[in-house]
Amino acid sequence: MKNPHITQNIAFFFLFLATLLIVVPVGFIVFVIIQKGLPAIDWQFLSDIPRHGMRAGGIFPAIVGTVYLVTGTIIFALPIGLLAAIYLSEYSKENLLMRLIKLAIVNLAGVPSVVYGLFGLALFVIFFKFGASILSGSLTLGIMILPIIITTSREALESVPYSFREVSLSLGASKWQTIRNIVLPNAVPGILTGTILGLGRAAGETAPILFTVAAFYLPQLPSSIFDQAMALPYHLYVISTQVPNVDEKIRYGTAFVLLALVLIMNLVAIIIRYKFRKRKKW
Amino acid sequence: MAKITTKNLNLWYGTFHALKNINSGIEANRITAIIGPSGCGKSTLLRVFNRMNDLIDGVRTNGEVLIDGMNILNGSKDLVTLRKKVGMVFQRPNPFPLSIYENIVFGEKIHGERIRRDKLDEIVKESLESVLLWDELKDKLDKPALSLSLEQKQRLCIARLIAVKPDILLMDEPCSTLDPQATARIEELMRELKDNYTIIIVTHNMQQAARVSDNTGFMLLGELVEFGKTENIFTAPSDKRTEDYITGRYG
Repeated sequence: MKNPHITQNIAFFFLFLATLLIVVPVGFIVFVIIQKGLPAIDWQFLSDIPRHGMRAGGIFPAIVGTVYLVTGTIIFALPIGLLAAIYLSEYSKENLLMRLIKLAIVNLAGVPSVVYGLFGLALFVIFFKFGASILSGSLTLGIMILPIIITTSREALESVPYSFREVSLSLGASKWQTIRNIVLPNAVPGILTGTILGLGRAAGETAPILFTVAAFYLPQLPSSIFDQAMALPYHLYVISTQVPNVDEKIRYGTAFVLLALVLIMNLVAIIIRYKFRKRKKW
Repeated sequence: MAKITTKNLNLWYGTFHALKNINSGIEANRITAIIGPSGCGKSTLLRVFNRMNDLIDGVRTNGEVLIDGMNILNGSKDLVTLRKKVGMVFQRPNPFPLSIYENIVFGEKIHGERIRRDKLDEIVKESLESVLLWDELKDKLDKPALSLSLEQKQRLCIARLIAVKPDILLMDEPCSTLDPQATARIEELMRELKDNYTIIIVTHNMQQAARVSDNTGFMLLGELVEFGKTENIFTAPSDKRTEDYITGRYG
């Protein structure tokens, strides 16, 4: 018989190695981006438009474009996602149709983002004639993160104890009053966390905006939701591969800004969750 | 006339026959205890009176349950009105994760229109006074209800219910999570409340039923075996099965 301590140590070694394989590259990437990108960050870089064929100047239009897109995405995806989650967790009865819908939502989360891009191109840009615009891009990104919002919101709603609903109903509240006054307030932190994580993903994706909104280069800011816009991830792609002789500093600076934006959003989600856990007592 | 009358009440969970031909008359301003072993249907019977069984899929009932002469089992019966009139205290104290104040005004907010703050203050004071918590809690009404002791929580739940101004209080083993002293104090409270309310208590604890109730029903396997004055049930039960239960032969 093998020595259990040796087997255990071997197992620990491989588990540790696997963890290391994840942590080290992530840490390395972040380190390199900070090291090379941070020197590029100054007020001019953040507030100026790109100049000299994007080889100089700043990335202000791309930052603004990404902020617009994220805002448009949340306006579209949060209400629909939340309402769908409320329906699925509170109202729907368990039957074949509902099981199919739930399965479909889970699978939607696994669809590659470029497929969403093509879908957005076909539906919003061409069929609805929104053109390549902030509207089309926001809707496409919204559809992409709907599964994330629905799944996390459903989990948040379902984690509210049944006894709260029972008491509320027993006091004569209607089902909707119970959901609005008791279930939703207790699920808000979970819903917010999921939404912000989804938005973080929306901010960083390139493929869905490629055909639906992103402009190669725009000298001015978009003036309506039917305008094209620059966006950080696409701008990064452009200056890294499509424009020759862009200073490395500008490319890493752009990557740094994008990374910081997404990390800040995730940080907000973590803080909300942390505060909620501390307050939760049931 | 009895406050609540059940006539040939039957209830099924799917194919399981949980209540069998229940006939009873529950008197107003009395405490009625329902006793019996686990799974005998006593909680199910209690939940018929405010139609909480409706929340479970596949429940069917027939027969009649008359409250003040109105059959509440008619599907069309307005559940909001019914549940305002017939309130429930649960086994585990279950205040909402809100402040003490917000817990008590919850019902008023649900049912009332726009209510003035001083009216709400008055409701909170009256409700807490009626469960003897006002002096303890009057200075910390905005504290979270979840920070209270178990007994205080259960009293708060009763106060929250009283704020809705029900007629009938259904209590589903309200003391099962409390220690003996707290239990005694809640029983004392029940005796005080019975002047204004009709109370039905489901309990596992036969001594509690004997101490606190005026009438007692004994249930076994979905049947109401015996129903009558508490002293008669405990001193001279007419059914052999009741006698076996209260003398501890099973249960």
